[in-house]
Amino acid sequence: MSWYTAIVLALFFGLLVYAESDLPDSRDTSAPARTHIASRYIEQTYADTRTPNIVTSVLADYRGYDTLGETVVILTAGLAVILILPRKDRRR
Amino acid sequence: MRERLENPVVEGVSKFLVPFMQIFALYVITHGHYGPGGGFQGGVILAASMMLLRLSLGEEYEHRRFSPTAATFVAAVGILIYALAGLVPMAFGGRFLDYAYLPIPGLSSAELRYHGILIVESGVGLVVWGTLVTLFDHLLGSEA
Repeated sequence: MSWYTAIVLALFFGLLVYAESDLPDSRDTSAPARTHIASRYIEQTYADTRTPNIVTSVLADYRGYDTLGETVVILTAGLAVILILPRKDRRR
Repeated sequence: MRERLENPVVEGVSKFLVPFMQIFALYVITHGHYGPGGGFQGGVILAASMMLLRLSLGEEYEHRRFSPTAATFVAAVGILIYALAGLVPMAFGGRFLDYAYLPIPGLSSAELRYHGILIVESGVGLVVWGTLVTLFDHLLGSEA
């Protein structure tokens, strides 16, 4: 690692530490991420979906569109491997 | 093409383990409603059981039972199930992926969403299973 790479890395580390000091506390219940829609998920999951596991109901129901995208990405990766790797009948 | 190992210990242990792995995979997929688990994890375990059989019993034998083409087909069917779980509610008056409009009679909307999650997780499991077995076969250069 050259000396200027080390300097750039140290600067970015300092920048991240500086930005991190501005984040809300991890147990802060008034943080924006906790006050928006998360409490609705936690309170309504069982009434909405009869699913005790909130993670599953968010993954597959409330955010089902995201999971559909993820699944398509996995299938696309597999198809790309089929297309890119040389097949036996093309090998000489 | 990998040849069969012809080691009775390896073959016996894999043949003994695989049914338990596959039952556990189904458990992980269906248990996603109540604890850790779901389609992604269960599909990986299912694919791992198939890879174990391909490694221990040899691919020539295993490809007759579950060919690489079948693996790709399974993955495609999985994404089809997921997409249909989104499109069928649209045909019955809901929005995309709104499982409460799935046409299953005799269930309340919350129970319909419960079963919609199960359908979707099964689709995800099929995609992960098929894709991983496809990757395994093609990376070893042993596709049919």
